Amino acid sequence: MKLAEHLYSEVEVSLETAIECGLTENEYKLITDFLGRTPTYTEIGIYGVMWSEHCSYKNSIKLLKTLPRSGPRLLVGAGEENAGLVDIGDGYAICFKIESHNHPSAIEPFQGAATGVGGILRDIFSMGARPIAALNSLRFGNLDSDRIKFLLRGVVAGISHYGNCFGVPTVAGEIYFDDCYHDNPLINAMAVGIVKVGATATASATGLGNPVFIVGSSTGRDGIHGASLLASREFDEKTEDMRPTVQVGDPFAEKLLLEATLELIKADVVVGVQDMGAAGICCSTSEMSAKGESGMSVDLDKVPLRESDMSAYEIMLSESQERMLFIIAQGKEDEAIRICKKWDVPITQIGNITDDGLLKIYRNGKQVCELISDHLVLGGGAPQNDRDSIIPEYLKETSTFDLSTLSTDLSSEEIFWKILSSPTIASKRWIFEQYDSQVRTNTVTIKGDAAVMRLKELPGKGIAVTTDCNSKYVYLNPYEGAKIAVAEAARNVVCTGAKPVAITNCLNFGNPYDKEVYWQFKEAVRGMGDACRHFDTPVTGGNVSFHNESRNHAIYPTPTIGMLGLIDDISKVVGSGFRNEGDIICLLGNDREEIGGSEYLKQIFGLITGESPILDLNEESRLHKTILTAIDKSLLSSAHDCSEGGIAITLAEKALTSKIFGAEIELQSLNNEYIFGESQSRVIVSLPTDKHYLLEEICNDNTVSIRIIGKVTNSNFTINGLLSTSVEKLYSIYENTIPDLMEGDRIN
Amino acid sequence: MKFAVVVFPGSNCDHDAYHAVSKNLGEKAHFLWHKDTSIPDGIDCVILPGGFSYGDYLRCGAIARFSPLMKEVVNFASKGGYVIGICNGFQILTESGLLPGALLRNQNLSFICKDTFLKTINTKSVFTSNLEIEKILRIPIAHGEGNFFAEDDVIKKLEDDDRIAFKYCNEVGEIVESSNPNGSVKNIAGILNANGNVLGMMPHPERYSDSILGCNDGLGIFESILNNLK
Repeated sequence: MKLAEHLYSEVEVSLETAIECGLTENEYKLITDFLGRTPTYTEIGIYGVMWSEHCSYKNSIKLLKTLPRSGPRLLVGAGEENAGLVDIGDGYAICFKIESHNHPSAIEPFQGAATGVGGILRDIFSMGARPIAALNSLRFGNLDSDRIKFLLRGVVAGISHYGNCFGVPTVAGEIYFDDCYHDNPLINAMAVGIVKVGATATASATGLGNPVFIVGSSTGRDGIHGASLLASREFDEKTEDMRPTVQVGDPFAEKLLLEATLELIKADVVVGVQDMGAAGICCSTSEMSAKGESGMSVDLDKVPLRESDMSAYEIMLSESQERMLFIIAQGKEDEAIRICKKWDVPITQIGNITDDGLLKIYRNGKQVCELISDHLVLGGGAPQNDRDSIIPEYLKETSTFDLSTLSTDLSSEEIFWKILSSPTIASKRWIFEQYDSQVRTNTVTIKGDAAVMRLKELPGKGIAVTTDCNSKYVYLNPYEGAKIAVAEAARNVVCTGAKPVAITNCLNFGNPYDKEVYWQFKEAVRGMGDACRHFDTPVTGGNVSFHNESRNHAIYPTPTIGMLGLIDDISKVVGSGFRNEGDIICLLGNDREEIGGSEYLKQIFGLITGESPILDLNEESRLHKTILTAIDKSLLSSAHDCSEGGIAITLAEKALTSKIFGAEIELQSLNNEYIFGESQSRVIVSLPTDKHYLLEEICNDNTVSIRIIGKVTNSNFTINGLLSTSVEKLYSIYENTIPDLMEGDRIN
Repeated sequence: MKFAVVVFPGSNCDHDAYHAVSKNLGEKAHFLWHKDTSIPDGIDCVILPGGFSYGDYLRCGAIARFSPLMKEVVNFASKGGYVIGICNGFQILTESGLLPGALLRNQNLSFICKDTFLKTINTKSVFTSNLEIEKILRIPIAHGEGNFFAEDDVIKKLEDDDRIAFKYCNEVGEIVESSNPNGSVKNIAGILNANGNVLGMMPHPERYSDSILGCNDGLGIFESILNNLK
């Protein structure tokens, strides 16, 4: 195909311009060879964002394709639409996805986090699904630092501001504090929606002559180069100057956009729709026309602007929030306009669908772009690279570190209090009480290992959702660590009584051009794939965030898993905290005493070393089967995954969640390795004594070991030989850690 | 009886209130649109739901009070119709003058979502008469601006006229500083108008009207309204 040759370019484009747009020399050559001419300024801007790491997945896609991405429940494959879609039976589907907003949040925490929430919500409702839950996964540096307090305060306020106003309950999350995230916090936002099967919308532009509309807010200069320059490179001294690349969110506009979008889709006037997140109009026009194998002609003079003198380049790259691109069926424009007017949402036609495969853009009456849509996008012409990898140097030291040489003068009781009062373990109430966790009245509990939501559409049924990743394990062994992230997320939903069915992932890593980082990435993807295949929880989609590093120091590899579980009978759901005085407490699972990568090593010795715990997939799924059977037979009063801090901390958390019950515990060993070790595939349950033999039978059937370790009391929390304390003291230490750190410096 | 739930742009507890009165209480319910210019005949109680009407821009409830339907709600109330404003609805009621006082930012300047305990102060109102006397209600709050304030003389009048519906208390019913979640004057969580047919409250009774969600203490308020119409 011959492309038009004499297009208007406000700036003459050269290799330097391409490099300023984030492209490499090699990529620029690919583009000029393909076009047979020098691209215009607008065109090079479009290539810059579309071929950025953030939009093209150019350094990850080949490996992502090795993940299990299909299954009988999946209604759309990973990456095919704005979010994954899982059939939950009875005519309904759950739509869910997780995405990062790390780089924006590092320089403008409030707006960065807020627009992260806004972006992921749009991915859900652009599919026609109504958002019913939001989750997040956060990582910060050490909370002793004023800068980290500033970031945490801003991020939490941003998530709270956007989600609360929009009207989606924020029901679950996780947060870890570690020095490796000091310059580069991670802000991963997940959203979950529900939709009738067959009532979804597609992100495809089809139908010659169909009109293209921009719906929602006007377009301004915010967010230009957010995807290409901010999100696709490391932090350095220039990063501060990039604050204008952070978008500004308006949750009220998004709420109206939600209602208008769902009504438009329901009214059957929509041919295709895609939200405008990263790379704004560029991304939505090129991806939709490439997917629809059509073409698109767009007149930027029609786009409602916040500043009238914006150039084509700026309009195309703007990441102004709360906008959608709609393809409306010809003849149904009036109905579309009526619906938008009802909700006071602006709607403007900016172009039409063509059939020549081209993206043609006009500004001030001049054509500024003529590109083949397919050449711009992932799966089309965007680069797909193999990257070299090499096993990281540090692993030699960590994997051979002799943990038996460690000794401490601290008593086990002192260690217990130190771990319990570390911000990573301590209560996150200061955070989650700032989020509306109940709006839409579906939240059954946020106190279990996963949040449980009832589904009004399917009375009696529910879902459990959680996010999970212990990056210390992934750092020490990316393959095992990623397996653990999947297994623990699955275990969390299992502990509520839900069957794990699918995941979404957010892969946060350093610079992919660093061979050691790429090795971490490759191994983590391999581990995730093996675990997902084993549990039959395919990957429905997600997001890759590379370049999470500063001053040549990468974060720990953090492949966060968002897990969806299904609940057949919501009345059988169990929580994690003790429920009845007199119940016996049992530990289900192994006695491996692994301390590599544990909180114990970190808090007591300041070490992140050793081998990560191992994860035997068969052992893990036998445990899941045991717990699910026991919950289905209503044997359990509570179930809690044994994770960070080991048996001692898990037991304390069971008392803390109940707020009133204590426990009297007798452990077989008081070695620190036993009580604080973090071996996987273990759950601590409580149940009435007379049901113990039934649980034992189920354990035997599934070859899971079970041991009675104590009973629930209504007074003190006692681990024989280790500590005896009141539940009030436990509560006071657990609850006050983060408020004391956060409020301590507040000017009243 | 018939409830009507008003939908403002930015209302987000509208469906929750609708669900509570239609499904949990089992009565008829309608949505009313903020641009409507009349309230249909036969409506017994109008609910102004929680949310962020008009984005809560300018000041919570300050724009909503100018919406076409609010004029009708004021008329409806003046004729004795029952009106209950929850959270943002309470803010709209104070802005439109149906209730005295104002809702300021929470004392800690943060949004707070958590369970609170409420003591019913006026146990004879149409909104509270069906509640078990002495029962401490567990009902959640979810707001950034729920810190009730009014001048001393207004508070005195509210007290003298028995127009304080609910106060925040602790689990055993003591009205103490530590049970005040947001800095409200005298722990006030909800108030009535002079005629007793308008209630504004910050806690969300519609959220705890279904036992599957862990508590249905809120349902008693809707049951009271129903009982008073029988």
